Amino acid sequence: MGLKSNLHNLKEKYKGKKMAPAFNALHTFLYLPNETTHNGTHIKVADDLKRTMNTVIMALVPCLIFGMFNAGYQHYLALGEIEASSGFLGSTFWTWDNLVVGLWQVLPLVIVSYGVGLAVEFLFAVIKGHEVEEGYLVTGMLVPLIVPVDIPLWMLAVAVVFGVVIGKEVFGGTGMNILNPALTIRAFLFFAYPTWMSGDKVWVHGAVERDQMIAAGENLDAISGETILGAYAQNNSVAYDYWDMFWGIIPGSVGETSKFLIIIGALFLIFTKIGSWRIIVSTLIGALVMGLIFNGVVDMGWIGDSSKFYGLMSVPFWQHLIIGSILFGAVYMATDPVTASQTNKGKWIYGFLIGFISIMIRVFNPAYPEGVFLAILLMNVFAPTIDHYVVQGNVKRRMKRLKVKTA
Amino acid sequence: MGLLSKKDAALIKDPLADNNPITIQVLGICSALAITAELEASIVMSISVLFVLGVGNVVISLMRNIIPSKIRIIVQLIVVATLVIIVDLVLKAFAYELSKTLSVFVGLIITNCIIMGRFEAFALGNGPWRSFLDGIGNALGYAVILIIVGFFRELLGSGTLLGIPVLGDPIEKTGLYAFGYENNGFMLLSPMALIVVGIIIWVQRTRNKALVED
Repeated sequence: MGLKSNLHNLKEKYKGKKMAPAFNALHTFLYLPNETTHNGTHIKVADDLKRTMNTVIMALVPCLIFGMFNAGYQHYLALGEIEASSGFLGSTFWTWDNLVVGLWQVLPLVIVSYGVGLAVEFLFAVIKGHEVEEGYLVTGMLVPLIVPVDIPLWMLAVAVVFGVVIGKEVFGGTGMNILNPALTIRAFLFFAYPTWMSGDKVWVHGAVERDQMIAAGENLDAISGETILGAYAQNNSVAYDYWDMFWGIIPGSVGETSKFLIIIGALFLIFTKIGSWRIIVSTLIGALVMGLIFNGVVDMGWIGDSSKFYGLMSVPFWQHLIIGSILFGAVYMATDPVTASQTNKGKWIYGFLIGFISIMIRVFNPAYPEGVFLAILLMNVFAPTIDHYVVQGNVKRRMKRLKVKTA
Repeated sequence: MGLLSKKDAALIKDPLADNNPITIQVLGICSALAITAELEASIVMSISVLFVLGVGNVVISLMRNIIPSKIRIIVQLIVVATLVIIVDLVLKAFAYELSKTLSVFVGLIITNCIIMGRFEAFALGNGPWRSFLDGIGNALGYAVILIIVGFFRELLGSGTLLGIPVLGDPIEKTGLYAFGYENNGFMLLSPMALIVVGIIIWVQRTRNKALVED
């Protein structure tokens, strides 16, 4: 007999025991269970929570694979061993060597993220005696994509425990959480270990190590992998053209660089009706509006090129969408159905403010020129309030209509 | 307990656990967040509150029959303010560095809800000895939480305890740091104090379901 019946037997054996949720979770994750109801008519819906989660993961896989190649590419490029790739299909990008470095660096992140996160989930399910929730499937995939490639694994593990416990389990588990768990994990890393989450070294594999070797007295050239936002924030010139940014062959967190693949993922999510197009579109509009305001400030001459904000403020407004992680945040983070606004009007407000605040933080944050994750976490907190007022507004309007009719 | 009757002993024991001023009554949170980044500051703050609340409760209790109830808050404030000024001056005289770390928070003991709360709820209606025990008990309950939070925040945030490095030297890379361990900067930020207090509340209510209110 196959794995399925083995799992089924295990499940029967442990029914009512403490470990039952763990086996149930494994079984239903892999297979459709055999149990059927014997009376009454039931409507079978295929798009349950696991299906939803799997769809998002499918949309993320291209970003992950690209991230692996990019990790290797940035590493070898910084070492000066390969030529810069020309465009998305450049001959020096999709190479075996790049992939090997990527696998070596990125796969451990994925394994730690899933291993630790699911362990916490299983632990809580066993303690609380309920079924294991699927919530971590997407979070576990998002986490490796939004951290720098060289982040030490133990830090990631600590952050995952914190994010899952404080970000989700204390509120009652999947579906009850106020904050996006993946972003909680990133925020924890950012505030706890800022030297590993910002600066111009951590984005390229090997740069930190190289620095340590130089400090130890070896005669080597330092390599650096400044992000584009980092360069703008220092009023430096940027060495990448717009197509590089669009294709994603730039330094950055593992999975967020390729805007091209994110857009494909976004279309997939919108087409399968998993992601809300209202949130995605309104986030981008919000970002563009804030970008336009900053451009306006520069055009009016209110701020000179000696200002420390000049570099980021003078970025053409549309370019804000292809640098940094605003697009990734809008597509995969802001649309999280649990933490976003639920009402359609609320989604427009919620998304717009995310984009607006993201760019504001990006420009004004002196320590770290990016603010997408902070903006989304902030709006996660306000999402229920937005919904409340949208619903109340609707109630009021209909009450008025009723009064007119009855009068 | 030969020294104290059962009822009196409860005055000290209750605030330590099941009626803790911070985790159950959620009073005095402000200072618990502000000064617990170092264990030493937590301890000094605890001792200060112990002194102010113990003595203050006795003074209010002695005066309880002559305070006109219309102006009792003002009288209470004067008593607290006097005691806090004594603490502040003592700290400035004998522990100047520490008084700078604690800065305004010593002065803010005046507005610490635990103190006014105990004056109102207990000292105004009970004799000096019981009021004294109540004051000590509540101050100790406050101290326990402050010291737990301070312990974890200093240990994980700075790798030290009472200023003594216990996890090795982060610059020389000895001890734990040799393995790539790094201090958690988040621990030094105030939000983390709130989260640590939250975890204490969580643990406490999981152990004693009677404390869960809905």
